[in-house]
Amino acid sequence: MAETSTEGTGTIEALSLVPKAEARQSMKDFKSDQEVRWCPGCGDYAILAAVQGFMPELGLARENVVFVSGIGCSSRFPYYMNTYGMHSIHGRAPAIATGLATSRRDLSVWVVTGDGDALSIGGNHLIHALRRNVNLKILLFNNRIYGLTKGQYSPTSEVGKITKSTPMGSLDAPFNPVSLALGAEASFVARTIDSDRKHLTSVLREAAAHPGTALVEIYQNCNIFNDGAFEALKDKQQAEEAVIRLEHGAPIRFGADNTRGVARDTATGDLKVVTVTPDNEADVLVHDAHAASPTTAFALSRLADPDTLHHTPIGVLRSVDRPVYDTQMADQLDAAVEQRGKGDLAALLAGGDTWTVVG
Amino acid sequence: MTSQVSRTAEQADGTNAEEQREPGGTKGVRRLDRVIIRFAGDSGDGMQLTGDRFTSETATFGNDLSTLPNFPAEIRAPAGTLPGVSSFQLHFADHDILTPGDAPNVLVAMNPAALKANLADLPRGAEIIVNTDEFTKRAMQKVGYSASPLEDGSLDGYSLHPVPLTTLTVQALKAFDLSRKEAERSKNMFALGLLSWMYHRPTEGTEKFLRTKFAKKPEIAEANLAAFRAGWNFGETTEDFAVSYEIAPATTAFPAGTYRNISGNLALAYGLIAASRQADLPLFLGSYPITPASDILHELARHKNFGVRTFQAEDEIAGIGAALGAAFGGALGVTTTSGPGVALKSETIGLAVSLELPLLVIDIQRGGPSTGLPTKTEQADLLQAMFGRNGEAPIPVVAPKTPADCFEAALEAARIALAYRTPVMLLSDGYLANGSEPWRIPDLDELPDLSVQFAQGPNHTLDDGSEVFWPYKRDPRTLARPWAIPGTPGLEHRIGGIEKQDGSGNISYDPANHDVMVRTRQAKIDGIEVPDLAVDDPHAARTLVLGWGSTYGPITAAVRRLRAAGESIAQAHLRHLNPFPRNLGTVLKGYDKVVIPEMNLGQLATLIRAKYLVDAHSYNQVNGMPFKAEQLATALKEAIDG
Repeated sequence: MAETSTEGTGTIEALSLVPKAEARQSMKDFKSDQEVRWCPGCGDYAILAAVQGFMPELGLARENVVFVSGIGCSSRFPYYMNTYGMHSIHGRAPAIATGLATSRRDLSVWVVTGDGDALSIGGNHLIHALRRNVNLKILLFNNRIYGLTKGQYSPTSEVGKITKSTPMGSLDAPFNPVSLALGAEASFVARTIDSDRKHLTSVLREAAAHPGTALVEIYQNCNIFNDGAFEALKDKQQAEEAVIRLEHGAPIRFGADNTRGVARDTATGDLKVVTVTPDNEADVLVHDAHAASPTTAFALSRLADPDTLHHTPIGVLRSVDRPVYDTQMADQLDAAVEQRGKGDLAALLAGGDTWTVVG
Repeated sequence: MTSQVSRTAEQADGTNAEEQREPGGTKGVRRLDRVIIRFAGDSGDGMQLTGDRFTSETATFGNDLSTLPNFPAEIRAPAGTLPGVSSFQLHFADHDILTPGDAPNVLVAMNPAALKANLADLPRGAEIIVNTDEFTKRAMQKVGYSASPLEDGSLDGYSLHPVPLTTLTVQALKAFDLSRKEAERSKNMFALGLLSWMYHRPTEGTEKFLRTKFAKKPEIAEANLAAFRAGWNFGETTEDFAVSYEIAPATTAFPAGTYRNISGNLALAYGLIAASRQADLPLFLGSYPITPASDILHELARHKNFGVRTFQAEDEIAGIGAALGAAFGGALGVTTTSGPGVALKSETIGLAVSLELPLLVIDIQRGGPSTGLPTKTEQADLLQAMFGRNGEAPIPVVAPKTPADCFEAALEAARIALAYRTPVMLLSDGYLANGSEPWRIPDLDELPDLSVQFAQGPNHTLDDGSEVFWPYKRDPRTLARPWAIPGTPGLEHRIGGIEKQDGSGNISYDPANHDVMVRTRQAKIDGIEVPDLAVDDPHAARTLVLGWGSTYGPITAAVRRLRAAGESIAQAHLRHLNPFPRNLGTVLKGYDKVVIPEMNLGQLATLIRAKYLVDAHSYNQVNGMPFKAEQLATALKEAIDG
């Protein structure tokens, strides 16, 4: 599969055009000189550390890495990365990054966004980036709240959420970002959690290796306006029942002593959570992230209860090969030159029908 | 220069003619110095194509010309109705002309609606060619004719040519295996053939065009050719057309060179490709389809072998966003749109102002507000271009004055954007976009050098002696900041829409710094070097007419009329709306009166009055159509006398 790194050379196909660093890098190389200004205790710190810690693994020339963000707490991220970066405007980072990535295939372009930025004001750009499959890695920090504007409900907040803008409870049904991405033809969709550095790093690794758009939803705690939003997934005891860890090729099992599993409901074709017994063990679904159809990945994404977060799948839900937009765009340019020769401006300006005036 | 009105042997319609008999021929040939033809029919009748072909024939022949396509926003408006009428007006001459003409000398009306919708524009004595087949009772009733205008005497003042165009076309195509409906479709080619005979147009171009266009359907190509030739032969044989007309090539009107006919949008697209070559930067267009700008997207999409990337975005905002992202990466970023799209792009233009990156925003203005009149022209986005953003967000504004001038305007916009690292607004409009005129094809060595230097290394020494890169340390002459593109080692930096510290570019909320940055961004735009305003004033006039954009043609035509009538008037036309030319204030103060005609309610006049405290008089028209020279001449005369 193209998603996995080629052993021996250390070259990842998705990044094959990006120049490599000349010297070995460390986490320090990716820290900028700017003071980090998130609230103490914010989940963003953990994600920043994980990304800075992971980047040296890719071994890319730092100057060929670009972080583009929108607006919101998470979108301050680029300032803290010692790479090229742009802190743009609300919701537009995927569009801006698309222009950059399609015109500069020698860059590794990352988008950092939040639930409000990506799913509310920027929802249109997100779904279109996903369907196009531009070579972008989108990190969506989901804290289910608006932090920078001080605590209004977000498009991922649970129904009935009491906030400053919804004193009697919010009325909107929330988006499930993973379901949304799968519906938008995303070729790579994953979910991870800010506090689980190991898992977060493993997902980043797979996202980076993916050719095309990768969407990584990162559950991120806002300790000021929505503290404990993901506690069910973090508390060791609760997490056993709540978190479903997906691994490609492995049976989908979870719970204390792996006693729970996900199986096909033969009556409806949907998925259901079962208590695994010797009788039904063979029915437990084996996770196939590379399945051509997104149907099962979508069904997995629907197992989570939006209120309690029980049965939340994390890991890579879908990772499939699809033509990459910027590659195809470059191919069209090459094909045009092949068919018609390199553009000749004088010939273009002259066109077909001309006449001459003699002085 | 030959004036449109100064000839002594002038006809009632403003043309000059002399008649002669061809030796050996039975039909007379009249020489004219200029003609205005309008083709009008249903939106599905192919009038734009017919007009385009006649224009190409005329360009090849060497006349000066100017065109005005006029069509409804609906693709197929209800057949036979007044709102569904589509027309194409062409003015061509043996001398240099400036406008598509005020009033047609010839109207080709394919149905009753086309006659009714256009008759009021015709002077008495004009020739009207009507397709009598379409003048059925029902079709006439549909547009409110209770009696046939072909028979009730209402057209007595005109030279009427009733021609059963549909029947003749169908007869001519009898040999082809076509249904009646299919055969009828070629009636526009029959009309084109007839008009081509009437005006001695060369036909090779149209024959070649039809063969190429229908290369995959040779039967259809041959049918259209047959209809075209039948129209020509009809003119030659029928007694109804006693004379044909010659309009000599405009040999003395043009400087020496090789010419072609070009529309504004095509010239603009070519200008962008030329700018990309002159800057040695890849062109990236991020755009969303919108009338009347889409043709630029279509054209650029055809030229990928120039390294041109075109990105049809999900919306206007993504179009400019992608262009800005590409600019960050070192491309010549361009977005094309019309007024409603500019409104959506405003926030991103503001970001580009803050990021200080080169970016071209092309606004093909149309009637507004809101959706307004999508296919009609207007100049009402000037103040939006100037001020339509939050905060103090100044951007340069340039405007082309004729269709062919769109080429140079694109190069000029690119020059400013690249040299000053700023978004630039180019204000074209629907009239320039779709109108066409002859263009002297420039030699490549005439094109300006737009080369840029990307930042290569540190540009600042800190107190401790260390060498660093400061993304907002400016060139002292232009106040432009360095353009450091990703992939350049050692210059890694972060930029954004939050206020930046002068020099280092780090986030800064310091009040004094913000004051400095706001003033610096303004000073950068104010300091852009633009050529002085040229004034055409041969007779030391006391009244100046000042224009901008596409009003150049009508204003100049009006000025010529006035001067031919012995009036003194000075004329100046602004390419640069922001910043204004340095000498503009002095120029304005040199006149007792300043008149500013605009296709809006006085937007340039507002800017001029505010900046120069000059009591500029505004003359306005917002009917979706360009000014007519006669109307402007009258208004300017009143200003001179007033």
